[in-house]
Amino acid sequence: MDIQLKRGLLDVSVLAAIKDGESYGYKIIKDMKPYLELSESTLYTILKRLETAGMLTVRSAEHDGRLRKYYRITDSGLRRIEEFKEDWKEILSIYRFVVKEEENE
Amino acid sequence: MNKQEFLDQLRRGLHGLPQEDIEERLTFYSEMIDDRMEEGLSEPEAVAEIGDVREIISQIQADTPLTKIVKEKIKPKSSTKPWVVALLILGFPLWLPILIAVIAIVLSVYIVVWSVIISLWTAFVSLFAGALAGVASAVYYAICGMGLAAMSTLAIGLLSAGLAIFMFFVCLAATRGVIWITKKFVLGIKHMLIGKETV
Repeated sequence: MDIQLKRGLLDVSVLAAIKDGESYGYKIIKDMKPYLELSESTLYTILKRLETAGMLTVRSAEHDGRLRKYYRITDSGLRRIEEFKEDWKEILSIYRFVVKEEENE
Repeated sequence: MNKQEFLDQLRRGLHGLPQEDIEERLTFYSEMIDDRMEEGLSEPEAVAEIGDVREIISQIQADTPLTKIVKEKIKPKSSTKPWVVALLILGFPLWLPILIAVIAIVLSVYIVVWSVIISLWTAFVSLFAGALAGVASAVYYAICGMGLAAMSTLAIGLLSAGLAIFMFFVCLAATRGVIWITKKFVLGIKHMLIGKETV
């Protein structure tokens, strides 16, 4: 798959993983596992990118005697998900057109 | 491997990256291992699930922009003696031209390589044009009733077409090759700056 496209898709999936409330690294990986396998290194890069873009915020909180980082989605992150859904409608309709052309051949 | 060994190897492998980046990565992986252990995995199992340290290190190195590594490299260390600074400043007329020369050489080699690619593509375009021209003039000669000329130009046109198709794949392979070499080269510079993985 096109690398730029894949990067965008991964960004949105991670945003979706924290959409319903803050989450932490391992939980994000576990939640996404039935849909896509994500390595720790990849997740780190995505989280960093989303944080820089202001689509999520990070806080450290104590858990079981150690620190854990929690990620919370921002308004701009939520908007990104909505944009993605809109874009995808368009892509889906193009896809249907392409497939239909093939069937008629 | 236990968690401490994993983190130690990771730290050694990331040597050369900004200190705060290294600490952040280590905290991240440490948390990941702890969370897996909390779920009931044993320490070696949790570490094994994270993956191969060497692979992680090379991925991080590939992900880190070259500019960041260079910045870290030239960042003055507290151990820099005043005389070193003085020498650097006094030696400025000497090392600056050398540095510029080295950069210019690297740049010109790169331009030369791309010129080869461009000329390959140019050859492809001219062969393609030759093929079109050959076929077009063959048609013209045929209309004028010059059978022999039509046959020979058609042959030349078809020959050019064949060569053009061959040339296309040569160009494609050469372009991909140069892009691949460029990536390797950048990675090589990174390794040169931060040292080969010591794991």
